[in-house]
Amino acid sequence: MSQLAEDAPSSEPAEAPTAAASDPSYDGLRLQRLTKSFGSGFTAVDALDLDVPRGSFFALLGPSGCGKTTTLRMVAGLETPTSGSITLSGQDITFAKPYRRPVNTVFQSYALFPHLDIYENVAFGLRRRRAKEVKAKVEAMLDLVELTSQARKKPAQLSGGQQQRVALARALINEPEVLLLDEPLGALDLKLRRAMQIEIKRIQTEVRQTFIHVTHDQEEAMTMADTVAVMNAGVIEQMGAPAELYENPRSTFVANFLGQSNLISGTVVSRSSDVTTVDMHGIQVSVPSGRTHVDGDRGWVGIRPEKVLIGEEGAELDAPGNTIPGGVISDVSFVGVSTQYLVRMPWGQELQVFSQNTGRTRMFRTGERVELSWRPEYAFLLDQAQDASAGAQRDGQ
Amino acid sequence: MRWLRERLVLILGLLVLVYTFVPIFVVVGMSFNNPGGRNVYQFGSFTLDNWKDPCGPDDLCSTLLTSIQISLLATLVATVLGTLAAFALVRHDFAGRSASNLLIFLPMAAPEIVLGSSLLALFVASGFAGQLGFWTILIAHVMFCLSFVVVTVRARLAGMDDDLEQAAMDLYATPVQTFRRVTFPLVLPGILGAALLSFSLSFDDFIVTNLNSGNTTTFPMYVYGQERVGVPMQVNVVGTLMFVVSIAIVLGMELRNRRRVAA
Repeated sequence: MSQLAEDAPSSEPAEAPTAAASDPSYDGLRLQRLTKSFGSGFTAVDALDLDVPRGSFFALLGPSGCGKTTTLRMVAGLETPTSGSITLSGQDITFAKPYRRPVNTVFQSYALFPHLDIYENVAFGLRRRRAKEVKAKVEAMLDLVELTSQARKKPAQLSGGQQQRVALARALINEPEVLLLDEPLGALDLKLRRAMQIEIKRIQTEVRQTFIHVTHDQEEAMTMADTVAVMNAGVIEQMGAPAELYENPRSTFVANFLGQSNLISGTVVSRSSDVTTVDMHGIQVSVPSGRTHVDGDRGWVGIRPEKVLIGEEGAELDAPGNTIPGGVISDVSFVGVSTQYLVRMPWGQELQVFSQNTGRTRMFRTGERVELSWRPEYAFLLDQAQDASAGAQRDGQ
Repeated sequence: MRWLRERLVLILGLLVLVYTFVPIFVVVGMSFNNPGGRNVYQFGSFTLDNWKDPCGPDDLCSTLLTSIQISLLATLVATVLGTLAAFALVRHDFAGRSASNLLIFLPMAAPEIVLGSSLLALFVASGFAGQLGFWTILIAHVMFCLSFVVVTVRARLAGMDDDLEQAAMDLYATPVQTFRRVTFPLVLPGILGAALLSFSLSFDDFIVTNLNSGNTTTFPMYVYGQERVGVPMQVNVVGTLMFVVSIAIVLGMELRNRRRVAA
């Protein structure tokens, strides 16, 4: 099969030769121009470039159908790429058989072998590789996932959470260079899911292997991973630490998919080295240059609802810089830790404001006139060519 | 009235069971029959003679042996070929797959007399008229058992999650190991069921066999031939034994399954 891997670049001259000559010293997982098209003409993954550093907990986040699972399956070897390459620790594994790569998967369905008991399920990979000390290793692994007492049971006799842990143990015991987790918590209820998130994170910190976690749950990705790549329509929209992605999204998709954003149409008035000034329906606001992601004149001024301060007209708000008067409260919902307001602005748009219930400000009522304001350093500016509702979650989420 | 209404399903169920089992109990009872007079279909007196000498009547055991040989061979060939065909039909996409899926049902749907006579026509037309016998019976049995095997194994395979095989490959199992350690053990109950079905279909086939047997006589043909002069009581001994063996196999499989679930 290694022949195939060697032949591949020569048979596809369209491949960029410089990209194919990957740096052999890179010890992580590197995807280059990775593409998967299906017979129907649908391109699930489109020229994806991605570096996953060794030992990181990496999340591939995106809505269903964005190509994240296909990417994962290509790394596992369960799907053959149409073009591009996958290298792991400098070795090309693009066309390596799944049983020849140091990669293991935790399947969404768990895929535990129903005819084998828990012990044999966990030992499966070791036995196939004729590893030594199977017993000691399996016992240690069952201990790690707290299933020692269940060793001789069949998978069907275990609860969902226990099966999930068996699936994790069965993959981890092989000490793969990369562990792939395909929506591993999707089948669990909310409470168990939270517990497992912490558990998996703890195990990753302990074993220090590279984990790639595929999920459509933004909260899960942000809580668990140290790097999140937001994927949409076969490409990576943005990648970075969870806080960085949340605070400084570069596209409307990321702004809406990770949490919620107010996006207000504006025109760039001036640019300086550290700040961009935008005219937003007659009001001048400023956005730091590092948070300006638009080359043209038209942009979306973005601000997270919890960063917006709300006050009576003329009140002094602790947010020098951007103040927008003339809002009218159109909806109030009290959620305990905060109050969520919808404020209708003079230009007709409704903005969301989340106000912490610190007790320092009073609650506003529907119909009251208010003033909004935010610190300029929290705002971001996106390209108006992008759809303002891209990646927005369904109501009530 | 209410008592009856609450137990109606149970009573009907028992009646159905009685209906199914009465003929079998008759066979068991008759195996201990000493008819005495001419009418062998009436219970004369109790005897163990039939059990002490099951091979007494001429040809009984030789035809039984022929039948068992044919059934075992037909089961083996049909199970192997049918299992392979089922894998091809479920796992591989090839031109004519859906047509094959449909055609495989035909031998099950066609009347046996049609299958038997057309097969005879085929054998004679291709110059095997003189060779009719053991091998032509075997070919005929493999033919009709095959569809049952394909259908049974295919159902089992189609119900299997392909994630399991992918998981095995992901856990360093080569294709051969994946088949041996995961696919085969999971499909095995289907294959065993298909083999049992094949054996009993082949063992008691009369119509197709009779048409293609030449000078060979199988056990069902022997019983049919004896029927005109009076079936020897030993036939009931054979019938009882067959019944006991099949019950034992079914119970054994059931126990194995239960233990597997409970373990």
